[in-house]
Parts: sequence; C-alpha cells; structure tokens
Amino acid sequence: MSMAGRMRMGVKDFVERMPAPIRLRELIRTIRTARTQAEEREMIQKECAAIRSSFREEDNTYRCRNVAKLLYMHMLGYPAHFGQLECLKLIASQKFTDKRIGYLGAMLLLDERQDVHLLMTNCIKNDLNHSTQYVQGLALCTLGCMGSSEMCRDLAGEVEKLLKTSNSYLRKKAALCAVHVIRKVPELMEMFLPATKNLLNEKNHGVLHTSVVLLTEMCERSPDMLAHFRKLVPQLVRILKNLIMSGYSPEHDVSGISDPFLQVRILRLLRILGRNDDDSSEAMNDILAQVATNTETSKNVGNAILYETVLTIMDIKSESGLRVLAINILGRFLLNNDKNIRYVALTSLLKTVQTDHNAVQRHRSTIVDCLKDLDVSIKRRAMELSFALVNGNNIRGMMKELLYFLDSCEPEFKADCASGIFLAAEKYAPSKRWHIDTIMRVLTTAGSYVRDDAVPNLIQLITNSVEMHAYTVQRLYKAILGDYSQQPLVQVAAWCIGEYGDLLVSGQCEEEEPIQVTEDEVLDILESVLISNMSTSVTRGYALTAIMKLSTRFSCTVNRIKKVVSIYGSSIDVELQQRAVEYNALFKKYDHMRSALLERMPVMEKVTTNGPTDIVQTNGETEPAPLETKPPPSGPQPASQANDLLDLLGGNDITPIIPTVPTSKPASAGGELLDLLGDLNLTGAPPSAPASVPQLSQPPFLLDGLSSQPLFNDIASGIPSITAYSKNGLKIEFTFERSNTNPSVTVITIQASNSTELDMTDFVFQAAVPKTFQLQLLSPSSSIVPAFNTGTITQVIKVLNPQKQQLRMRIKLTYNHKGSAMQDLAEVNNFPPQSWQ
Amino acid sequence: MIKFFLMVNKQGQTRLSRYYEHIEINKRTILEADVIKTCLSRSKEQCSFIEYKDFKLIYRQYAALFIVVGINETENEMAVYEFIHNFVEVLDMYFSRVSELDVSFSILCAYLHSTMQRVPVTKWAGKYYLSYPES
Repeated sequence: MSMAGRMRMGVKDFVERMPAPIRLRELIRTIRTARTQAEEREMIQKECAAIRSSFREEDNTYRCRNVAKLLYMHMLGYPAHFGQLECLKLIASQKFTDKRIGYLGAMLLLDERQDVHLLMTNCIKNDLNHSTQYVQGLALCTLGCMGSSEMCRDLAGEVEKLLKTSNSYLRKKAALCAVHVIRKVPELMEMFLPATKNLLNEKNHGVLHTSVVLLTEMCERSPDMLAHFRKLVPQLVRILKNLIMSGYSPEHDVSGISDPFLQVRILRLLRILGRNDDDSSEAMNDILAQVATNTETSKNVGNAILYETVLTIMDIKSESGLRVLAINILGRFLLNNDKNIRYVALTSLLKTVQTDHNAVQRHRSTIVDCLKDLDVSIKRRAMELSFALVNGNNIRGMMKELLYFLDSCEPEFKADCASGIFLAAEKYAPSKRWHIDTIMRVLTTAGSYVRDDAVPNLIQLITNSVEMHAYTVQRLYKAILGDYSQQPLVQVAAWCIGEYGDLLVSGQCEEEEPIQVTEDEVLDILESVLISNMSTSVTRGYALTAIMKLSTRFSCTVNRIKKVVSIYGSSIDVELQQRAVEYNALFKKYDHMRSALLERMPVMEKVTTNGPTDIVQTNGETEPAPLETKPPPSGPQPASQANDLLDLLGGNDITPIIPTVPTSKPASAGGELLDLLGDLNLTGAPPSAPASVPQLSQPPFLLDGLSSQPLFNDIASGIPSITAYSKNGLKIEFTFERSNTNPSVTVITIQASNSTELDMTDFVFQAAVPKTFQLQLLSPSSSIVPAFNTGTITQVIKVLNPQKQQLRMRIKLTYNHKGSAMQDLAEVNNFPPQSWQ
Repeated sequence: MIKFFLMVNKQGQTRLSRYYEHIEINKRTILEADVIKTCLSRSKEQCSFIEYKDFKLIYRQYAALFIVVGINETENEMAVYEFIHNFVEVLDMYFSRVSELDVSFSILCAYLHSTMQRVPVTKWAGKYYLSYPES
C-alpha cells in the first residue's frame, strides 16, 4: 500500500471513530420526533454527553456548533452550565461566527452570579476597540445585557468613547449599554454627561430612540440631572412636532403613524421633565394638545400614543382645559369596542379619580356597564372605580349595580366587593332600613366572603336603629331558616335573635308582614346552629349566648333553655364549656341577677366618632346620626349622676336604677359591648314594662319627621327666648323653634356665656324632663366658655311633648372655674306657653 | 421594563424564551407552563393584558403561537403590544412569511433579533441583523 493510501485509511479510521457533532438543525429535528417527555429527555442527555466529550477534546472546529446546541437545550429547560467556559473560549476566538455564538451564550448562560464572568472583561475590552463594527456591537450588547458592576466600572470609559463616535450603529448600541452601566453603577452617571450634549441632534431614529431612553434613565435616577435636562424640553417638543407633521416616511411608518415608538418614548420623557415644574409644563401644553387631537385613533398604534399622552397630561401641571381633554379621551376609550383600550382607560381613570372627580363622574354609567364585561381585569378595574365614584347622590343606583355584581362575580372579587359595599353603605346610606337591607343582601349572597370585622360593625348598626329591631330580627330569622352555613350571617342572626327574640315571637313587625313564630321554633333553629358541623366555634358561642338571653325574653321555654345550657357544660370546646358552666351557675345561684344581666343591650357608642356624624344631605330622607347619650368630650358619667337627676323629678314613678353590672358576666358577643356595660348605666326598661322612664338616651320617635340642620323649614316664628339660668357669671339662654308639621317637638338651643374674667372649662350641661316628655341632647359646640362674654357654647335639646303638657326642666351644670370644680342644679320653669302649647 | 419575552405554542412547547432578569432555570419552566395556561384560558373577547402575580402579561396570538411579554407597571401596555407586532413583522420580512417551524429551526436568528436590546427595530434595519449563515 502506498503512503497516500495508508494515510487515507488512517483518516478514514479517525473519521469513523469520531463522528462530527450534528448540526443544530439536526438536533431540533430529532427532538421534534420525540413523542413523550421521557423520550425527549433521553435524546437530550445523549446529546449532552456527546457535547461534553467533544468539549474535552478541545475541538475548535465544532465548538461553535456544540454551544449552539447547548443553548437550545438550555432554552428547553435543561441545565447547561458546563458550557460557560466554552463560551468564553468562543469569545476569544477570531472568527466572527464563533464570537457571535460565544456572546449569545454569555448573555444567556452567564450572569454576575457565576465567577467566570469576570474573565470576559478583557475580551470585551479588546472587542470594544475592534476594527469591525459588528464585533464592537456584539461586545456592547453583551456588556449591556449582563455586565456586573465591576465590569461596568472597568469598561465605562470605553462605552463613553463609543457614545461619541460618528458611527450611528455603534452610537445606538453604546447608548443602551450606558443605560445598563448607569443602572448598575449610578455614580458613573456624570461620566456620560458630556456625551449627552448632542444626543438629541440626531437624524437617525434608532440613535434618537436610544438616546431618549438614556436621558430618561438619567432623569429618573438623579434629581440634579433632571433639573439639568429640563432645558431640553423645547428640543423634544420640536422633534415630536416634526414626527407628527412630517409626511409619510416608509422607514419609520407603522400603520400610518410615523415612528410611534419614538413618540411614546418622547412623551414619557416629557412627563418626567414636566412633573412638578410649571415652566416645562407650560412649554409642553401646545404639543400635547396637538398630539391629542391629531392622532388617528382607528388603529391600536394611535391609541397607544393617545394613552401615553393622557398619562403625561395627568402627571404634569397642565392647565384645566387640557385635563378635561384628557378625561374626554379616556371617556372615548371606554366606549371603544376593543377590550385592551377599555382596560387601559379604566386603569387611567382610577389614577385620576381622586383629583378630577367631577370629570370622571360624567362617565359613571359607562363604567358601571363595564362591571358586566366578561374580562376579569376589566371587571376588577370597573369595581374599584365604581367604589371611588359612589357618593350621596348616586348611592341607590350604584348599590343596585354593585349588589348585582356581587351576585354574579368570581369568588376572588367577592371579599373586596363586600367590604367596599359596607364602606359605601356606611358613608352614604340614605335610610336605616336601606342600610340594613343592603347589609342583609350582602350577607346572604356573599356571606362566607365577608370579613370578620364586619360582624361587630353590623351588630352595632342594628342596635343603633332601634325602630328597625323587629324588622331586622324577622328578616334575619327568615334568612337562616333555610341555610345556616354562612358564618357571618349566622353570627349576626344569632345575636339579634338573642337580643330581640321577644319581638320576633310577638310578631310586632311594622315594615313587612309579620311572621308567626313560636318560641320553640326559635330555639330549634338556634340549637341546630349549635349542633351543625358547619358552625365554627365562634358561631357556636354566639348561639349559646343567644339561647341564654332568651331565657329572660321567653316565658314558656325556660326549662328547655336550662337543659340545653347544661348539656354544653360538658362540651369539648373549652370556650363553649366555660360559657355553659357560667350560665348554669347563673341559673342556679344567681337567678335573681339573671334578668338584669341579660337585659337589652344599650345603644353602643361608635368607637371612631364621638360627635354627631355628618348629616347626610339627601332628598329629605335624612336621619340624624347616632345620637349621644351624654355630651362629649367629658367622658362617661358615673352612674350616680344619672340617679340624682332622676330622683329630682319626683321619686315614686321611677323604676329604681339597677346597680352596676358585676364584672363576672360571661363574655358576650363582641368585646366592645362588655366595655360599654361598665360605662353606660342606663335602665333599658325590661321589655314587659312600658317605656315610661325618663331617659337621657335617644328616644326613637323623636327622629321621625325631623330634618337635618337647618332645623326646620317652616319655623314657627316668634317664640320668645328665655334666660334659664344666671348665676356666678354663667348665663344660659334658651331659644325655641317649633315646626308646624310636627308640633309636638320643640327644639331648644341653649347658649351659655361667661361674664367673669376667667374661662370656664370642662363645661357640661345636663337636663332632665318629667316622664311624659322625652328628651334628646345633642353634643355641644365646645366645652370651654370663654371669659368676658367673648364667646358662647351652643347646644341643642330636642323635647318631645306629645301630650302638650307644660314644659318643666331640671338642669345640672358642672364646670371648672378659677381652679376649682363647680356644680349646680336648677329648675327651669319659665318656659313661654308658645313653646309647648 | 420588560421582564421576559416568550414564544410558546399551544401545546406548551417553548419556541423562544428570553429573560431580562435572573430567574432559576427550573422556575422558568414552571413560569412558562403557567403563563401559557393562563393565556389559553382566555377567550377572544377578553383583553390582552393580564395581571399575573406582581407584574403584567401582554400576549398576542399568531396562529398556534403565543407571544407573551412580561412587564412591570412603568410600561405603556399598548406600546408593548405594538412592539410584539413589530417583532413579528421583522421576522416575517426575513423569512418571507414566517411560520412556527421557521422560528423553531432558526432559533438563533430569533434569539439575536430579540437580543437586539428591547428597542423596536425598523423593519429594514432588522433584516441586516438576521443574516446568519449556518455554521
């Protein structure tokens, strides 16, 4: 055999022993034939092994191909870290194709967490000064993608140099690389400042675009830069104007608009520059108006630009005409058929609703329509926006829509919607009955999604609306008859049945058809709640306490109640057991206190508000807010004072005050109720006795027919005012008002003035009337009577006098004067006849 | 800020993925699967912007391929929507009527294209970058 032949055979052997690695396309084709995940994994592992051995051979020719395959496998989700060093070797190679794959691999596989990446620094540095612009471009790209802070620090100078070159391809890439450098190492920002001088003088849109990005980044990061670049606003405005006015330019056209991406970027930069700055904002007003009116809205591109314009207008200090224009654009968006546009409009309106409330209100009906949209994101936005738009005027209509929405929406919305409805109802409810109806509706439709703190709030609301008790308890009873799985609903219902069970069985409801319920039926439902598996421990506690309370309200079923309570004395649930044991003790040893302990809850003071809450101005259906039992802010009065006043007015037809509740009363539903029992010590008359005790608390009937301040529309004029008290420099005057439509109510405004030379502080005015009258005391204007008659305290008293008897009143005054506490009692008898006849 | 750029087909196979923030490799596959599931469950009448975890997804469907871009709240959603279309138009120009197969096989082309910063490229310029000889 000849030499050549032997060599050929050698080569052939070599080739057979070492097959060339397959091309990327082959690999992709092979993987596509895999039918299962396991097959694919097998193929990939085989190929990985081949690649690994090839890397070990240090084969330069096929390294590029192997790394490409590795990148593909990495994209599919398989680990490819063993290729990192190979990428570095590729980058160091002289061939462009190698470099390209190497840099791509570096961008995808390497980041600053890997130690090897620092080895790249030198290569990148060399390549940044390469003769071929494409190589330089690759290096810039890679640095701008995954450069760590050390690399950026080292190479920032090179980048800055390239930012000033004449080659626009390189300038564009250098600008983006600079953005990354600034992000990583903010201190280097000043280095790039000189290069930015001419950035906006570009003709090339690519460079212009990246320059604007660079400027945006700098302005966002540093307020100094921001101030410095404000002077560029006129230039930006000019560029934008050219873009809009210029004719068709095929290079930059997208659906008829010239370079919309650049327009959006410039608008964003203008937004940043104009924020909080009047001059810049003024400079941009015209161009913004021009963009807003001239942009074509038939395609998505135009709408994208309009959206950015609206955002900019809202953010800078624009004039009001421009803002109205922006909101109208958003309104137009809302009517558009395209979902994307509607979503975007709703998002922006949400941002502006606080500042331009009235303008947004105009689009309320469209927004409410969006609640019925099929898209989840749109629904959520529409819901948030609807809550923001609710006010006293539209509450009824909006609530109807919102309740309907609550019915039909996805579970993820229900909790938020329920809370929102509660808040809105609390703020704007036109009437108590409406409020209770709304809350009941929420509880029955979304009961399990209601937040825990809604239960005590609701209970407090119910106690406050005394005239609605019968109606409320009836509705609640009916609601849980069918279904007692929704815990908040059951808790509220159990509490109410416990409190007002007597009203339920006596069928006293005025608002709707009273239902016939026996005591046994009521106990049945409460017992089923106790037994049910669906009831939580808290709910069971409510139910047990309710049953216990009914022992004083019901007459024939006390034995049954005793039995139920004693059963739970051995319950596994510790809370339940404790309650049952204590109630048992109540039956056995403390039976004489039982009726006192379990009597009706008094009106709860709302923790947050301490004065009359804002009177809602609606169309004549107002009710004054929850009333005070004592004038604040003097705090709770001790029980004895109430006793004194009542004693004064003729003793024997007044039921004796029951002494302060012993603190061993078992925990009842709602922690705050227990606190109040210590403070307030008024006699809620036991349900059987007629409510004839003169009370300082709110009498329900006084509220009907009263409108809010100004007190009366048709004041019966000419009732003379009187001086009710004048002693020690303190003078109290009464002025009267009566309405022709409701003559049994007299409204007395007292004015307290102080003619001494020192102020009277902590001034408290109290009044009591005979039992045929009812009295309501609103809170005073302040508690300090300034000296030398320089000011007065005003307070309003409303007296209900249905029998038209002569008005008599006992007043008690307490105040601090000259460092000592003063107290005085007086009787007012000089009421003019016109005030009560 | 764009967080990631995905091209996933209806069966859940990733044709192209580009992450601009570091995410663990196993989390990536989970993310891709979850994202495609969310996109598939949307009907045609629903809008293309989805609120997903703490960022937004913008997706566009081209035949059997979904292009999904994840952004944070500083971006203009509609501009990104246009950007996706711009990307596809460039591919279309290069491959003359691009199909999913083209994208799968010319993965590197597509990579380099998407790697070209997150700045939209004009269609003509884009063609230059994609000239890529097979090695």
